[in-house]
Amino acid sequence: MKSLGSIRRSFAPWSDPASKPFISFKNVTKKFGDFVAVDNLSLDIFTREFFALLGASGCGKSTLLRMLAGFEQPSSGEIILDGQSLAGIPPYKRPVNMMFQSYALFPHMTVESNVAFGLKQDGMPKADIAERVDQMLKLVKLDKFAKRKPHQLSGGQRQRVALARSIAKRPKVLLLDEPLGALDKKLREETQFELMDLQQELGLTFVVVTHDQEEAMTMADRIAVMAHGKVIQVATPPEIYEAPNSRFVADFIGDVNIFDGTVSAVEDGFVRIETEGGLSIKVASPETPAVGGKAGFAVRPEKIRVGSTRPACAPINAAEGVVWDIGYLGDMTVFHVKLKDGRVVKASSLNAVRSVEDPIGYDQEVWIWFDENAGVVLRD
Amino acid sequence: MSKFGSAIFNRLVIIIPYAWLLFFFLIPFFIVFRISLSETAVAMPPYLPVFNWSDGFSGFLADIRQFSIANYVWLTEDALYIKAYASSLWIAGISTILTLMIAYPIAYGMAQAPGTIRPTLLMLVILPFWTSFLIRVYAWIAILKPEGLFNQLLLTLGVIDQPLIILNTNWAIYIGIVYSYLPFMVLPIYSALEKMDHSLTEAAQDLGCTPISAFWQVTFRLSMPGVVAGCMLVFIPAVGEFVIPDLLGGSETLMIGKTLWNEFNANRDWPVSSAVATILLLILVVPIMFFQQAQAKADSEGR
Repeated sequence: MKSLGSIRRSFAPWSDPASKPFISFKNVTKKFGDFVAVDNLSLDIFTREFFALLGASGCGKSTLLRMLAGFEQPSSGEIILDGQSLAGIPPYKRPVNMMFQSYALFPHMTVESNVAFGLKQDGMPKADIAERVDQMLKLVKLDKFAKRKPHQLSGGQRQRVALARSIAKRPKVLLLDEPLGALDKKLREETQFELMDLQQELGLTFVVVTHDQEEAMTMADRIAVMAHGKVIQVATPPEIYEAPNSRFVADFIGDVNIFDGTVSAVEDGFVRIETEGGLSIKVASPETPAVGGKAGFAVRPEKIRVGSTRPACAPINAAEGVVWDIGYLGDMTVFHVKLKDGRVVKASSLNAVRSVEDPIGYDQEVWIWFDENAGVVLRD
Repeated sequence: MSKFGSAIFNRLVIIIPYAWLLFFFLIPFFIVFRISLSETAVAMPPYLPVFNWSDGFSGFLADIRQFSIANYVWLTEDALYIKAYASSLWIAGISTILTLMIAYPIAYGMAQAPGTIRPTLLMLVILPFWTSFLIRVYAWIAILKPEGLFNQLLLTLGVIDQPLIILNTNWAIYIGIVYSYLPFMVLPIYSALEKMDHSLTEAAQDLGCTPISAFWQVTFRLSMPGVVAGCMLVFIPAVGEFVIPDLLGGSETLMIGKTLWNEFNANRDWPVSSAVATILLLILVVPIMFFQQAQAKADSEGR
């Protein structure tokens, strides 16, 4: 079997103008009474893509998924799947299957009959059903549990049955609603990779809804960060993390320090920002905000370094402060450094060696500094 | 509470239902059963033998030897009883089916209703219990009689030009039973439907079921425990129902409850009416026991 990397490295249909989207949301709006769940949203998803809709609860991500499955109808706009409009097509005629958050396994049926359920509805011959069910159960490593009922299975096993049932019909698109939400952390991490392998193996398009950014980052080819019924940014996980397009995305994904200030100069791809707390920032940026305007600067904690000596770059991209809190996480240590203006900056450093001779301690006076390409300029 | 104390408490809690069954079911049943083995007598109480402590143990044995199954033989010999049993089962069966057909949509609608109005709907289902059962059955006489409300309505609307004869027919009994026992059917079905995960029907539709087929394959199938409980709660009392056939039924209506009443009051034949009651109990209890056993077996195999 080919490793994921060899396939994934070259997989980027979204940046190829010639490739046609497989699923298109076109100006889709969904209202529940006065509440706008999805607000004039347009989004393209490509064949074989592992696409994640990420957002806090109530952001409209589940509504989007339910519209794709056919359980909700858009108030306006159109959804196109494989060149065909989905308007007016009931759920049972759509070539998509969904894995429900609650798994929605039929409690009165065995594992086997649960997986066979969709195939039976299609009137598939019995022998073929048996063969497919067997194949699916082997795929999710549950062939020994075929005769069990859902209540006799563990949470992880139920999740696998739900998965097997939803892929048994070989849908064009598999929708996953918080697929790992009910699993414990360890199992969740294992299952993330299994889902990725499975998606590659079957060559299906996956659309997953999740509120767990780690889950989205690990599994997805692209992530759509959603808020208030709108897509804020659609990008690959590294882009989302390293180049958030807005304060919201920067803040929502991972940990971040955001400095607010005034743009003092823009030159040769660099932007100078003077923060309210007296920090001088020089940052490489493709964005060119207007001089004299307000701008934010977002920098991830792991991009900020902490040390007891004055860095060479000072006074630019550097500040003095006092260690306020230290969080030792094993793989890394998080420092909360209180700057002179009272602002607390989060900085983390990898514990690459087992012991340091002169570790940074509480109340120690330190310098924090970062590179010119450590963060991004936020215009909003 | 100490461990010892809580153990005693647990025992006591278990004893309560058994004690209840012993005092209010088993002992009365044995009294009825014992009377059914006696013979009628013009006496007080109106049967023989009557146990007397003064007779001593040998007298007790002599009394026991007087027991006979003659009353049961009598029940099989007179076609009236067999007909009454059969007709009771028939009427109760039809009524149960009708009740189910009306109650299921009501329960389904209640379970689908928004959570905020469910308590109100539940209240409305229980509301008729606030009036006496007898008064409600009497009210049906006023509605169903030839010059009653129902006929007047149909006549005014021009649907019919002759009043329908409903009162004193089996139809009046069906209406009475369906009306009176409806809540007993609605409530268990509602409670089964209400706790069902809505995503199950969505999953069925997602996998290719039309909404109707999803209903039969998933919703109805999963509400079966409620349907069975509701049917039992209606069928069992309906078989022995006395008030409704007496007030709404006619002369042609033969129900075991009425037969029993006649034996007991008009004929003062306690032993035969006891035998009628005992057989009625057997007719109802034996199938239910088999059913429960099958249910328990299915449960242990995994629901």
